[in-house]
Amino acid sequence: MVKQESESANRPDNTAFTQQRLPAWQPILSAGIVIPGFVLIGLAFIGIGVALFVTSKSIQELEFDYTGYSNESPCSSCAQSVVANCKCSLNFTLTTLLQGPVFFYYGLSNYFQNYRRYGASKDDNQLYGDLSYFTSPSSSCSPYDYDSSKKPIVPCGSIANSMFNDTFTLTWTVNGKTNNVSLDGKGIAWWTDYNVKYRNPNVTPLKNAFNGTVKPINWAKPAYELDASDPSNNGFVNQDFLVWMRRAALPNFRKLYRRIDASGDYKNGLPAGNYTVDITYNYPVRAFNGVKKIVFSNVSWMGGRNEFLGIAYLVIGSLCVVMSVVMLIVYAKFKFPDEE
Amino acid sequence: PTKMSRRRVDTRSSLGPDDEVMPYSDDETDDELEEESSEGEEEAPERAPQPQVETRPTDVTWKVKANDRPYHQLPEFKKKVFLCIKKSKYSGNAIKTYKYNFLTFLPLNLYEQFKRVANIYFLVLLILQIIPEISTLPWYTTLIPLVIVLGITAIKDLVDDLARHRMDNEINNRKSEVLLNGRFQEAKWREIQVGDVVRLKKNDFIPADLLLLSSSNPNSLCYVETAELDGETNLKFRMGLRVTDERLQEDHQLADFNALIECEEPNNRLDKFTGMMLWDRERYPLELDNMLLRGCKIRNTDWCHGLVIFAGGDTKIMKNGGKTRFKRTKIDELMNYMVYTIFALLILVSAGLAIGHTYWYEAIGTKAWYLFDGKDRTNGYRGFLSFWGYIIVLNTMVPISLYVSVEVIRLGQSKFINWDLQMYFAEKDTPAKARTTTLNEELGQIQYVFSDKTGTLTQNIMQFKKCTIAGLIKPFSISCQPVDWSWNRYADKKFQFIDHSLVAHVRSKKDKDAMEFFKLLSLCHTVMVEHKADDLVYQAASPDEGALVTAARNFGYVFLSRTQDTMTIREMDQEMTYEMLALLDFNSDRKRMSIILKFPDGRIRLYCKGADTVIYERLSPSSKHKETTQTALDVFANETLRTLCLCYKDISAEEFEAWSRRHKEAQVTMNDREAALDAVYEQIENNLMLIGATAIEDKLQDGVPETIAKLAKADIKIWVLTGDKKETAENIGYSCSLLTDDMEIHYGDDVNEKLTRRQASRRDDPQAYRRGKKKTAEPFFPGSNKNALIITGGWLTDFVDMAFECEAVICCRVTPKQKAHVVSLVKKYKKAVTLSIGDGANDVNMIKTADIGVGISGQEGMQAVMSSDYAFAQFRYLQRLLLVHGRWSYIRMCKFLRFFFFKNFAFTLVHFWYSFFNGYSSQITFEDWFITLYNLAYSSLPVLLVGLLDQDVNDRLSLKFPKLYIPGQQGTLFNYKNFFISLFHGMFVSLIIFFIPYGAFLQTMGQDGEAPSDYQSFAVVAASSLIFIVNLQISLDTSYWTFVNCFAVLGSIAIYFGVMFDIHSAGIHVIFPSVFTFTGVASNALRQPYLWLTIILTVGISLLPVICIQFLSKTIWPSVGDKVRPLPVQQQACWSFSDLSA
Repeated sequence: MVKQESESANRPDNTAFTQQRLPAWQPILSAGIVIPGFVLIGLAFIGIGVALFVTSKSIQELEFDYTGYSNESPCSSCAQSVVANCKCSLNFTLTTLLQGPVFFYYGLSNYFQNYRRYGASKDDNQLYGDLSYFTSPSSSCSPYDYDSSKKPIVPCGSIANSMFNDTFTLTWTVNGKTNNVSLDGKGIAWWTDYNVKYRNPNVTPLKNAFNGTVKPINWAKPAYELDASDPSNNGFVNQDFLVWMRRAALPNFRKLYRRIDASGDYKNGLPAGNYTVDITYNYPVRAFNGVKKIVFSNVSWMGGRNEFLGIAYLVIGSLCVVMSVVMLIVYAKFKFPDEE
Repeated sequence: PTKMSRRRVDTRSSLGPDDEVMPYSDDETDDELEEESSEGEEEAPERAPQPQVETRPTDVTWKVKANDRPYHQLPEFKKKVFLCIKKSKYSGNAIKTYKYNFLTFLPLNLYEQFKRVANIYFLVLLILQIIPEISTLPWYTTLIPLVIVLGITAIKDLVDDLARHRMDNEINNRKSEVLLNGRFQEAKWREIQVGDVVRLKKNDFIPADLLLLSSSNPNSLCYVETAELDGETNLKFRMGLRVTDERLQEDHQLADFNALIECEEPNNRLDKFTGMMLWDRERYPLELDNMLLRGCKIRNTDWCHGLVIFAGGDTKIMKNGGKTRFKRTKIDELMNYMVYTIFALLILVSAGLAIGHTYWYEAIGTKAWYLFDGKDRTNGYRGFLSFWGYIIVLNTMVPISLYVSVEVIRLGQSKFINWDLQMYFAEKDTPAKARTTTLNEELGQIQYVFSDKTGTLTQNIMQFKKCTIAGLIKPFSISCQPVDWSWNRYADKKFQFIDHSLVAHVRSKKDKDAMEFFKLLSLCHTVMVEHKADDLVYQAASPDEGALVTAARNFGYVFLSRTQDTMTIREMDQEMTYEMLALLDFNSDRKRMSIILKFPDGRIRLYCKGADTVIYERLSPSSKHKETTQTALDVFANETLRTLCLCYKDISAEEFEAWSRRHKEAQVTMNDREAALDAVYEQIENNLMLIGATAIEDKLQDGVPETIAKLAKADIKIWVLTGDKKETAENIGYSCSLLTDDMEIHYGDDVNEKLTRRQASRRDDPQAYRRGKKKTAEPFFPGSNKNALIITGGWLTDFVDMAFECEAVICCRVTPKQKAHVVSLVKKYKKAVTLSIGDGANDVNMIKTADIGVGISGQEGMQAVMSSDYAFAQFRYLQRLLLVHGRWSYIRMCKFLRFFFFKNFAFTLVHFWYSFFNGYSSQITFEDWFITLYNLAYSSLPVLLVGLLDQDVNDRLSLKFPKLYIPGQQGTLFNYKNFFISLFHGMFVSLIIFFIPYGAFLQTMGQDGEAPSDYQSFAVVAASSLIFIVNLQISLDTSYWTFVNCFAVLGSIAIYFGVMFDIHSAGIHVIFPSVFTFTGVASNALRQPYLWLTIILTVGISLLPVICIQFLSKTIWPSVGDKVRPLPVQQQACWSFSDLSA
């Protein structure tokens, strides 16, 4: 026995792995799988497409450009002036109820929040409330890290510095009566941004944390005074600030401004009637041919109105079905050639 | 050949390269390496690197003084080591094969690794990333993969080096007895020095290259086993000089020994040694026979004494080590070119985007006040910085883990070859062995196989079958009963012979010729004999010799023993001792050997045996039986038997005296001793009297015809290169189905005619020639569809074109050098992938020249195996190696590379599309951590497993349908076309990955009203789509799904989500707020059905067209594999081959 073993000492192991005979499944793209598969996928895609398209169609959306390029535009005067807090107002009429919940967005076009240097121009440690970064902001914030007198800017960087600062109020005129539509600015930013990513330093009052620092150059008020009405909505956890800091993927974007408070007359949304948006026009976009918009929209399970995805699904789904027919014909032709 | 022949005429004047030059057998050792390498440069510049053989030293500068250690420290023997530090040129005996020590490991290993262009590239990239102006990606995206890649290689090197350290230590601490201060003392090997006298015992390893002084055997004979040196297992004998044998037996004599040895400088030639011993004012020639080389083992000798000539690193075995042949596969080359292409593409794209940035900044950037960065730069300079920024962002187009992954795959495939039970030869307990791990996929692309005949196609187990004595063919009568050898107590029981009459004839002692015939066989050879118990064991250098001596033994002429100058045989019943005056040894040019003996009665006779051609040239005009023997030789050849002619010559004492003087002179020549000896031998080997000829049978190995037929069906052209004569070769060709009846055979003469005609027409139409010989030339053999060519040596250059038109080519009577020439010719003119297979030392050249060398470990030692890339025991395993392992390896590697390039394009080019929407600002689309881990963790394992395990059809079908091999030869699975398909596929997928989310994100908002169209959500959606696409695409490409593949695909996706949710978690942000900035994105984005629908659509659009195209192309243009695969087992068995050839 021992001798036998030594005689075949070099014999390789006979296992499924070493002999490359692992149990395996060898899938083949056979006609029986591919063609019905394409039909099924096509039908499923068409189904999804229809659902998306119908849903998207049902979403009501109102968009108004208030940049003021044309002279007819209500804000054309403000657009040309350089005065701060220039006021203008925009009127629109709703003939039917805008089903709630209604969201109020501002939109910017031709605005490159996704520019690399712009996106990197912030200090995450500072925004996390780390006081040591208050006095010495990251160099990535340059040139908005120190002001001309070498005082650190908090919050530093281009993103913070370029924060959108137009403000809007909405009034509803019905039967000659003008009502202020109450806007809810709570919880418009991501929960994780508000609770995790951005933090105020643990200093009360908050103002003291900012001792020795200056506000961003373009800001009218320092960070700790962003919201005079709500002391807890100040500093880095100010909702508008958080919304702005979450930079957009594409140069045309919308950001949530407020929700329409679903109470009283507005329980079901914005009722029919004439509305006025009073705009405090501050943010300059004409220099780079930017466009400013305000948008009222309600949402569905798929979010806002976007017909692209639904149409894309419909097109791809139909193509799948068409291709399955083509494949069937080709298959039949090559596998069972005509006797002729 | 003109060049070759001129040279040969110079060196060996009498042996012109004519048609009839024929080696004596296939078993010659090759002593032509040197000419080979010098000629190779002119003849075949493209051949594989030849082993570096140092030129034969003409100046004798190596001086060794016995028992005088200080002598070797004299200033004249110092050499400059470093600046002005000088060291003795004589190495100590300690060897050092390891590369690194504790301190040097890190710097040296890193240095070695950074010699690779790919690693340097990533190092440069890393440096670029550190420059803040252009750092578009954080440094860790490159550092982490680079460190892991370097780390894996470093660990491998470390393990290898540790093993070498252990080996070195073990060897250096072996013990030997060294003569010190007048007596033998035990010393470690590392302490031995040049000039020391060493005593070795039976079974000791030889510690250094020694000059044999004396041994316990008579005449200072010493047996050595050279297995470690050349792999040959038969014993060889070494002999001390007579003078040392007589005068250096006792310890005190050895202690007083003070000779000065002068010899050549250390070199790597195992088959040569020339030196001179100066002792007491006498000069004695030294040659290889006096040497005991390091690495050998002492056998059958109780003790022996040796003088250390070369120690440690100077020994021949160490000089031979470390020469690493570097063969590269076609795929390797292609892969490198593709990496360069990618690199060019990278620069081009980056430059384009940089220009884009310049114009964009001009048009928009300068006006966008929010982008103000406080830096006063021209737009051109911004573009320049952006160029480098994009080089960094798009660097992942050049796949960092490509080379490491390719190495891992090749290693795995080599292991599978080693593990294959169906290439394991149980009889000899020999598994197949992939000695080189870097060539596997080339096995799937072989177009030409060059095979040795003896020992490769045949078993190389020689059997004495027939003979012709005095013109009469024996046996006459054939009876079924084998001869009974009981009358001869020395007979080898395994020997079988079927002619009783010949035995009776010999026993009757009436036939002088027959007696002479067997006497010659028992005397003229170099066989060693061992007396084991009552039995005689012959140790023959070649199986032919063994067979002949064994035959003589059974016929009653028993070779009993040899000493330095006597031979003892038993002639029937009486023991005879002959004095051996000279042994004119065999070599591949002489193709004969002779022995000059002094008979007890004083007669001097020369016995000679050799190839018929060389013998016939040297026969005396008065020699009888020439014609009849020639007829017999032809008959033997037709029966595929190997023949040798035997003859003798009587020499007068005076004639011998005169010759002997010249012989002695030649023996002490220092310059080109070989040539001088050959010339002297020539002078005595003439006027020979023919006795007869022997015929030896060498059976075909199992499965050879089937294997050759299989390979031929796989469009692999098989050329047999053999030293045999034309008829033998042709018959072997038929019997192993290399030649078939429907072939038209063309011999060298026809070929000559056709070539002449071709050349004439070329002269008439020079225009046509210049336009390209291959295209304009009409076929040599119009009309015939299958051709075979049988050609003799000397014709080898011009016939290449013609040979390519043939199904089979047999080259007979070729020397080892010519074998290598044929291979390099085909490599040079055809640019084909070649494989050489052989078993003997004479095949080493050809094995090293071919793209792939296969060694058969058979009867002839291991020399072929040692220089081969793959080794196994039987020729028939070649079909499995090529058709199964080669094919799989090729397909796997191609699939792997195609996919690897694809996945990196699909990944990287997304940044390119995004550039158009972010002001060409080198903004990355994905999270930086995703970029870091994509190649390492998220996408590599499934494709690696495909590279290791995939099988499009199983091994049985691969063998059954050899046509499946053809795509590999044509290289259709991986070439520039495939590369660009991968590129466009990757581009398409990246386009989808960017633009579907783009469309979906445009001006929309999340289900809770918050804007989802932020950059980070976009990055997560695109990355998730990419991971699904890449892993599902490899699933589509996997044709052999094992649970491991399944695990890897699901695992990769799971790892992606696991890692992403971790990196996006609150906890990690709290710890590193500025490193992990994607907090909460995964959970926020992936809870929205809308984004999942976006991912599904992206994945769908990326994969569905691929499935559709694959299905259509399979239906319209099915490959052989597609036809074979879907058949159920039953049908596979009965589907005939012709169905597939259509």
